[in-house]
Amino acid sequence: MLNDRILEALTGIAGAANVSSSTVDRITHSFDATQQQWLPEVVVHPGSAEEISRIVRLANEERIPILPRGAGSGFTGGSLPIRGGIVLVLTRMNRILEIDTDNLIAVVEPGVVTGRLQKEVERLGLFYPPDPASKDFSTLGGNIAECAGGPRCVKYGVTRDYVLGLEVVTPTGSIIHTGGRTIKNVVGYDLTRLFVGSEGTLGIVTRIILRLLPQPEARKTMLVAFAAIDGAAQAVSAIIRGKIIPTTLEFMDASAIDCVRQATSLDLPADCRAVLIIEVDGDRSVLDGQAEKILEIIRPLGVLATRVAETAEESEAIWKVRRSISPSLRAMGPHKFNEDIVVPRSRVPAMIRALEAISHRFGVPIINFGHAGDGNIHVNVMVDLKVPGMEATVQQVLDEIFRITVELDGAISGEHGIGTAKAAYIGMELDPATLAAMRAIKQALDPNNIMNPGKIFPDDSPEKVPMPAPGPSSP
Amino acid sequence: MAEPKTLEQYQDEIAQCVRCGACQAHCPVYLETGREGSVARGKIVLAAAVLAGEAGLDERLREEIGLCLLCGSCVVKCPNRVPTDAIVGALRRRITGEQGLSPLGKGVAALTGSKPLLKTLLKGADLLAPLLFKTIPATSGLRLRLAPEALKGRSLPPIPERTLFARVPEFLEGESDKPTVGVFAGCGLTYLYPQVGEILVRLPHRLGYSVFLPKAQGCCGMPALSSGNGPLIDTLTQANAGAFAGRQLDCILTACASCHGMLTASATETGNSLAAELIDIHVFLHQQGLVERLAALPKWQERIRVTYHDPCHLRSASITRQPRDLLRALPQVDFVEMEDAGLCCGLGGTFTAAHPDLSRAIGDRKVAGLKASGATVIASSCPGCILQLQDIVDRAGLPVKVVHTLELIDQALTGPPR
Repeated sequence: MLNDRILEALTGIAGAANVSSSTVDRITHSFDATQQQWLPEVVVHPGSAEEISRIVRLANEERIPILPRGAGSGFTGGSLPIRGGIVLVLTRMNRILEIDTDNLIAVVEPGVVTGRLQKEVERLGLFYPPDPASKDFSTLGGNIAECAGGPRCVKYGVTRDYVLGLEVVTPTGSIIHTGGRTIKNVVGYDLTRLFVGSEGTLGIVTRIILRLLPQPEARKTMLVAFAAIDGAAQAVSAIIRGKIIPTTLEFMDASAIDCVRQATSLDLPADCRAVLIIEVDGDRSVLDGQAEKILEIIRPLGVLATRVAETAEESEAIWKVRRSISPSLRAMGPHKFNEDIVVPRSRVPAMIRALEAISHRFGVPIINFGHAGDGNIHVNVMVDLKVPGMEATVQQVLDEIFRITVELDGAISGEHGIGTAKAAYIGMELDPATLAAMRAIKQALDPNNIMNPGKIFPDDSPEKVPMPAPGPSSP
Repeated sequence: MAEPKTLEQYQDEIAQCVRCGACQAHCPVYLETGREGSVARGKIVLAAAVLAGEAGLDERLREEIGLCLLCGSCVVKCPNRVPTDAIVGALRRRITGEQGLSPLGKGVAALTGSKPLLKTLLKGADLLAPLLFKTIPATSGLRLRLAPEALKGRSLPPIPERTLFARVPEFLEGESDKPTVGVFAGCGLTYLYPQVGEILVRLPHRLGYSVFLPKAQGCCGMPALSSGNGPLIDTLTQANAGAFAGRQLDCILTACASCHGMLTASATETGNSLAAELIDIHVFLHQQGLVERLAALPKWQERIRVTYHDPCHLRSASITRQPRDLLRALPQVDFVEMEDAGLCCGLGGTFTAAHPDLSRAIGDRKVAGLKASGATVIASSCPGCILQLQDIVDRAGLPVKVVHTLELIDQALTGPPR
């Protein structure tokens, strides 16, 4: 597919230093956090939208698969070159072009690491809320492609809620501009929202206009231990009903608590079966009152112990409990299947009970924790694939988890995306007519199916849809 | 004696990498290049490909494997603690095993490896100087004031004139009820900064200890590790073990973060350790209650604003609090933190000689934090970092002096100028 003429053309566009078809570069761009590997034919590090446009035109004419890559830290295979072709790495395009403090807007290139933008805007007293666990290394381009979330979504929403406008190179090489610099804008279709979460299948984002907020003055962290998961789940609903939206509302179920008991210095009561980590933010003057009100609301719900952080160090100690889950999971089994299902908040207890039943029925540990405030549960199925028949068991377990998720009016992915890992399951959630509408959009924008082919749509994914690969840590 | 491990022996550790990408946030080289081959995850994938026979040791691979400072930043932050620095070391040894040493590697071997060790090291410092000083402008010279042209291609008289061994005796008798401590000085404190080496020897003596500084000690082996010279690491390890053997030592002190890192890692990897436990001088002084003693001294009228740079090899050993506690306690110092105190200075042993531009670009990331701190003195605890930091501040035109933490401690104990 790729020949010297095409390589020469690519070199002509991006420069010799930014085009490589060496084995080494192909190998180092063959994977993402799913741990699967598919070799691309050539790796290009473009420097501008114009270069990308020319490269995409070439790929479209020559019918070469092409896909954008940021940090390559996705969990669902979005940046795997499963059809070979060209990998376009956007890390060179990493400038923060503008931080507009009058209009609370940032304009950035796609290769900017999320945490870096946050640090820069915070210097100016501003705030970019989306905080995926990977924020210190994942890029804004990647966050937009996957519509990344994070713990703060309960109060602040997800990536899509902060994208005002985009510059995109479409699969036929046009450079288009969606949205703009204003909060209000109803001119034509809302293409911005279409591209956010499109997993690099509809185009390559080359410039991003983001909405910023004023930075909250302070925050307050609490850890609450419950006697049962139901109490914790009721607490979530009760807090929201009480007209308080915390910044984060993280939960750990009994399986996750057992995992971290040894790893943390915090004493958790022996009969504690669920933990909520609650954080509120805002003006310093109202935080104490808010914290008290929350504790008041949840007191009757089987609370065993509460701890309110008075200092940054105490807050850090609480968060350490949450962060120590992922590393301590390894003890439960060498292979991890990390799913990020989401159900309506009120259905969290039902979902957890179902997960406990599945774990019991199939005899595999399932560790659950995550963002209770928005119903996004990180489900970790821990197994040893070397055990005969385990692959089939995992398949059954995942099928069952997704089936119940959909039954409870949930979604099979809250923030990781579909990619290759969940393509086989998309039909469980989307009816044929809805899927057909999505396909029609893909076909219209990408008539030759060159842009990140083999993702999202099941019949389009790798030959035999592979098992979702065991993944690493989760948010 | 056990040899350093082969790449095959790291198979399990290589398999522990789950490709999450967290290393990208912490790799000084990746932060500069943005290229996947620069970062731990990319190198691990390459190591796996080499083991699987999918990648050869070609020029492109050597280039990527060369782009590592061995700073260990990625290891500390890795959720699975994959020892990428050790794996890169093994990969480099495999490359030199099959293809021989690079010209730079040959230079290192000539300097630190030939016999007799002591003599070689004396000569080594002279020859090592041009290697290390390649990137230092004439104006800086780290108080050595030597232009690169003057260093090029010829052996120079020892710099400074008297090495550490000429300044202090091999054995200093202490109080009768106190044990003997050993001192592993390392090349930097022996030849480039012997005045700091001298404090390293005299300070424990001042606290009552007998101090043993064996003249037969040599290079810790970091440059050999960095250039993939397995046999040389082995030779040096044996020589150093021999130098300290046969004496009852309470512990062996270092004031060079790189030596500390190298000797600790080597002991973990091969099981060959020195005759007594190796302890960083800051940790030792902390244990000795020096913080309280310094804090009890009357504050000086005129104080200096001091910040601290974490050497990678102390930071990755979680030795970050002790140097700061000591600095905070100093009567002549107002201590301030700087942003990115833990960011690598970019020297990385032979890295700076192989990649001078990249090394400087990495180092220049320190400037913003240093400037913002308003410090007029930056302290650190590794001669390599001190060398590089002085170059960084000189090129940035900052009126900042770079010192070893020990120099400030010594100054405090000597008392204010009259």
